[in-house]
Amino acid sequence: MTYQTQVNPSEQSQTNMRILLIEDDLQAAGFLLKGLREAGHVADHASNGDDGLEMGRDGTYDVMVVDRMLPGRNGISVIETWRAEGVRTPVLILSALGEVDDRVTGLRAGGDDYLAKPYAFSELLARVEGLARRVEPEAAATKLQVGDLELDLLARKCTRAGENILLQPREFRLLEYLMKNAGQVVTRTMLLEHVWDYHFDPQTNVIDVHISRLRGKIDKNFDTPLLHTVRGAGYSIREG
Amino acid sequence: MRANLKVLNSSTFRMSAVYLVVFALSVGGILWYVYWNTAVLLERQTDETIRTEVTSLGEQYRQGGLARLLDTVRRRSAQESSRGIYYFSNQVGRRMSGNLDGLPADALGKSGWIEFPYEVRGTDDRRTHRARAYYTRLSGGFTLLVGRDVEELRQFAQLIRNTLYYALALALGAGLGGGILMSRNFLKRIDTISDTSRSIRAGDMSERIPLRGTNDEIDRLSQNLNSMLDQIERLMAGMREVSDNVAHDLKTPLTRLRARVEAALRENSKPAFKAALTETLEEADELLRIFNALLSIARAEAGQTRDQFAPVDVTEIVNEIGELYEPLVEDAGGALEIDAVDGLQVSGDRQLLAQAIANLIDNALKYAKPPEGSDKKLQIGLSATTIQGNTVISITDNGPGIPARDLNRVTERFVRLDTSRSEPGSGLGLSLVQGVAQLHEGELSLINRNPGLTAKLILPALA
Repeated sequence: MTYQTQVNPSEQSQTNMRILLIEDDLQAAGFLLKGLREAGHVADHASNGDDGLEMGRDGTYDVMVVDRMLPGRNGISVIETWRAEGVRTPVLILSALGEVDDRVTGLRAGGDDYLAKPYAFSELLARVEGLARRVEPEAAATKLQVGDLELDLLARKCTRAGENILLQPREFRLLEYLMKNAGQVVTRTMLLEHVWDYHFDPQTNVIDVHISRLRGKIDKNFDTPLLHTVRGAGYSIREG
Repeated sequence: MRANLKVLNSSTFRMSAVYLVVFALSVGGILWYVYWNTAVLLERQTDETIRTEVTSLGEQYRQGGLARLLDTVRRRSAQESSRGIYYFSNQVGRRMSGNLDGLPADALGKSGWIEFPYEVRGTDDRRTHRARAYYTRLSGGFTLLVGRDVEELRQFAQLIRNTLYYALALALGAGLGGGILMSRNFLKRIDTISDTSRSIRAGDMSERIPLRGTNDEIDRLSQNLNSMLDQIERLMAGMREVSDNVAHDLKTPLTRLRARVEAALRENSKPAFKAALTETLEEADELLRIFNALLSIARAEAGQTRDQFAPVDVTEIVNEIGELYEPLVEDAGGALEIDAVDGLQVSGDRQLLAQAIANLIDNALKYAKPPEGSDKKLQIGLSATTIQGNTVISITDNGPGIPARDLNRVTERFVRLDTSRSEPGSGLGLSLVQGVAQLHEGELSLINRNPGLTAKLILPALA
């Protein structure tokens, strides 16, 4: 993997979001806030569970990032309280506990995504931006479109510039996930999680190979590439 | 003293003391019943006989006068066998008949029961027996005494009483002694367990509770405690090994990282900073990856997630992971052949099993790749089937295999064979597979096929 010194994959894509970060490690919080603000978002910070709970109560944030272990009220309890009060803002849980059962506990409490520490900032940013998209009423769509690439979810058909493209079932799901998050950066682990439903860290570039095959089908014979590699972060499908 | 107190304070002793009291009460009751039905009853019968005889003699006196009474008393006194004691005297106290020399001194009243010693006649040596008698004054100033020798009766009663006391004493003694012995024995075994746990607390993990081989409840308890200790010791050894390895294998990259930052600071130029930071980030990522892998292995080996186990479709996992890796193998110029029997199920963790299979395919990709320019093609077989009730996932390659002397070593953490030093990787892949196998109460077996290697993940099938 190679990294740019400044990872900022969402420059062109994302409208500003309001993000609440509840994290007790002030240094880590400082880096995160700086990164989120550099990516063009408005980020607020709470350093303990009780303050965070108050700040998140009115539902004015687009995404809330909650550390699982907090002084005072823990992260899981904060999320449960919000959900019980009807706060529906998407929540990304940060945790030092990365095992499957911890993930299940976090998601069951009302979290929408789960990121185990340590993580790369690019991964966190991609997931936060992905969550913000999730609340938009995209779910009902039966047709996805990026530029001249179209994906018909009912007929299971893919066309580009009117030309029929044959996809394997897994390639179809991969493209579907990318297009549902069009303009966003999706990381390799996000793809493994959502397209294959596996939550481990693949040792080699298994995802890259699948992407390059998909790219061979949707981009190869066309002038403008749609499926972009975001260095140090992942992939993004977008026009231009 | 303290040891004795401890015995008396033990629960076994308290329980046996309660039993002892109940036992002593019932023994006492039985013996008292026996005494009542023999000695007391016999005594009463004797009294009854005497009373009847007095009545009948009084009757004879009234009917036949003095002569008839004297005659009867004389006749009865002469009978040796009857053991009867008679005495008849006139108004001045002169003996007129009977086998007793004189009236006992304390027969002063009008009539009544008396007991007195008397000398048995007709035997060679003079023996004193006890007699029980009833005396009464008849009309005309005569005194009549009728009695029986109760020596034997008394001896019998004494015997029974003594038996009662001895039996009670014996029961109490035996019960008390037995209780103490039992408690002490029990206490000794409990103390053994306490001593063992104390020395383990003091740091000697090799200590185990000795077994008696009787398979009684304490033996079974000890056995369970011992196997618990074995497990703890294994885990502790694992922890120690991990920290040793972590210290060794993480220090190297950390030192490298530090040196690089230092060099960049010395050089003090923007491109140097940028290059150093980029490389530091990569290095940090690699360290984090190793760290995560280590944690996964440790948690898999500790068996912490076993309570989260659910029925898992192995066929599906094998097919999915196979499909995930197929393009990668093909890009490496090889072929991945997937062959999974339908409907294989185990109780387990889907994510960990998937990662184990992925690690094994990764290994095959890394180590079985034919050298550049060779016309040999990499062949990886991924299969899942049932063998002798177990679900067996096999990953077979046509590479060089693992040297026989290293087969047992490769599953240890951070072990990378010299031939693979140049390949990227942390040396943790097989350790995780091994940990996952153990977590599922299965095993990982590596078999050299000469050429090629088969890695078998053997898991107990869902019952």
